[in-house]
Amino acid sequence: MSMTTPVTRSFAAPAISHLDQLRFGISPRPLTCGLGLIIGAGTVFPEVNFTLPPLTIDDATWIDVKAHYEEMAQHILRRATALAVPGIVLEFELLPAMTERPEWGAEITAILKRHLTAVHQKHQLPCALRVTPTDIRDQHKPPLLRTGEPWLRLRRSLELCAEAGADILSIESIGGKEVHDQALMFGDFPGIAFALGILAPRDMAWLWSEIVSICVAHPSVVAGADSACGFANTAMQLAHQKMLPEVLAAVVRAMSAVRSLVAFAQGAVGPSKDCAYEGPIIKAITGCPISMEGKSASCAHFSPVGNIASAMCDLWSNESVQNVRLLSGNAPEAFTELLAYDCRLMNAASAHGGALALRDWMTASDEWLSPQAAVLSPAATLRIAGAIVSEETPYRQTIAAGRAALDIVKEGVAAQKLHLSRKEHQWLDRIASALDELPAEEASLIATLEEQYGGLYDKASYGL
Amino acid sequence: MEISKDLYEAILNGDAKKAHAATEAALAAGAAPMQLIQESMVPAMDEVGRLFEAEEYFVPELLLAGRAMKSAMELIKPLLSASGQQMRFRIVIGTVKGDLHDIGKNIVASMLEGGGFEVIDLGSDVSPESFVAAVKDRNPQVVCMSALLTVTMPAMKLTLDALETAGVRAQVKVLVGGAPVTQQYAREIGADGYSENASGAVGLVRNLLAAA
Repeated sequence: MSMTTPVTRSFAAPAISHLDQLRFGISPRPLTCGLGLIIGAGTVFPEVNFTLPPLTIDDATWIDVKAHYEEMAQHILRRATALAVPGIVLEFELLPAMTERPEWGAEITAILKRHLTAVHQKHQLPCALRVTPTDIRDQHKPPLLRTGEPWLRLRRSLELCAEAGADILSIESIGGKEVHDQALMFGDFPGIAFALGILAPRDMAWLWSEIVSICVAHPSVVAGADSACGFANTAMQLAHQKMLPEVLAAVVRAMSAVRSLVAFAQGAVGPSKDCAYEGPIIKAITGCPISMEGKSASCAHFSPVGNIASAMCDLWSNESVQNVRLLSGNAPEAFTELLAYDCRLMNAASAHGGALALRDWMTASDEWLSPQAAVLSPAATLRIAGAIVSEETPYRQTIAAGRAALDIVKEGVAAQKLHLSRKEHQWLDRIASALDELPAEEASLIATLEEQYGGLYDKASYGL
Repeated sequence: MEISKDLYEAILNGDAKKAHAATEAALAAGAAPMQLIQESMVPAMDEVGRLFEAEEYFVPELLLAGRAMKSAMELIKPLLSASGQQMRFRIVIGTVKGDLHDIGKNIVASMLEGGGFEVIDLGSDVSPESFVAAVKDRNPQVVCMSALLTVTMPAMKLTLDALETAGVRAQVKVLVGGAPVTQQYAREIGADGYSENASGAVGLVRNLLAAA
């Protein structure tokens, strides 16, 4: 049953203001969705995300593609029921070819929903299917976000997946990424602020009003949420590879929360996407449940936030795993087991009054080993959330989030809890100066950056 | 020579304006374009690469150095063309068909440019036919392909097949890379080389061309 209405909400104060209220499994606004699943009402559920092994997707291989998804669903749910999980979410992230041809994505959606329905009927397992079409709107240079064939196909994909059985619609949208990619690679902070604080929120507002309207037309479908994956996770992965400073990735993470928040302002109700590590900030502000990923997502990518990422989650995900054979069985089934045990521990802690202790241990184990972890602690989350709601426009909120994150990192360094290399220190100072030099008004930044970035983005796509 | 040192320093510090000015000054003082490339620009980018390897530089410093080198090349390239000279090696690079990820490819392209190669960037979602056309039209010595998705990796093999069918496979070295790509996969599809990171790609290209 959909709780979604196409309203624009603003968040004058965080839904969660006390540290003890910010923990895994509990959200002020629990979400009912799918087949009897209630997320954020006390129990953490696994969210299993899976994908194909190396395989060309075309007419000739389509039968093999479908067979893989049949097999993955069967294996995952077999393991889930064997381990008596209290509920489960399957996430189907469409591959680009499946969004390009919307019927394909819908066909896989129907297959997965059939498996979930069967297991729900047989075992009364509460469950839901999250479907995430690929944002394919970046095919042109500059990307056309509101018009053209890619957008029409994406919209059609969202509609067909909704009709085919999706319970939650999500996306990892790319508005602003065409500027952010370049700005990030050059460490150009004004460009980063422009992309995250001006372009991305404008696209998010437009795109999510569209997605919410699709969900309203399909009452069983929930408007889930977005992810700053293309922005902050890019920074995180490049920092992991020593290509970008970790302090920059940490600040970008906090700043990216503002563009992700816009989905909720447009009527999204969660759960936020697993790869949206900015999720805790979203949860603190909106009170909506979130999905997170960390140590059990190492099948997809590495991160310095493996434990701390679970401290405030409502769904716990593996990000993505290929259907390849391991000694135990196929990887999606193996990772279902990992997630199931992670969730068992969190739920047992909750049942025995130890949730806050476990949350704090998960936090303490990572917090000061990386600037990216430092900005994800419950305390940091509340601080960044507070900074965001203290401002009114997305641009100012983005700067406020960046300042808060920078202060958290600086204080950790000053207290000798967080140790940075000489190069990281230099970047900390560089980011601080860049933040100080940003103009107060977004119009001024847009004008300043016109020559540098004007050719990279389509102004009409952002209502500019 | 002092003027060349200015250019070297400007590139090392990623200062495009100073690099441009230093090049102008050097040319006005009679420096030969190829001499500037060989004695100032390539050594500067080699040092940038070394600092990156040593984790003293991040990618932004690397790219800013590449941008500085480009600004110098804007002055030098027309002079090379006028004198019938050209960059010694040319590389065609692109992300394969179906794959829109281009950050990794862009980093590799920039580092190759900084390494003194002429780079023709075909962008992302590049079809096998486009790679073949670029090889025929631009006559590169090396083709670099990138993929970030497991489902787009097979396009690397399709591209190699297309190069073979077009009869141009033997005239180029083909390198592959990207998160899901492995040395084993490179071998399986018949690529000439694989690098797991951008800086390794530059060394790999140099080694392959030296051995050719």
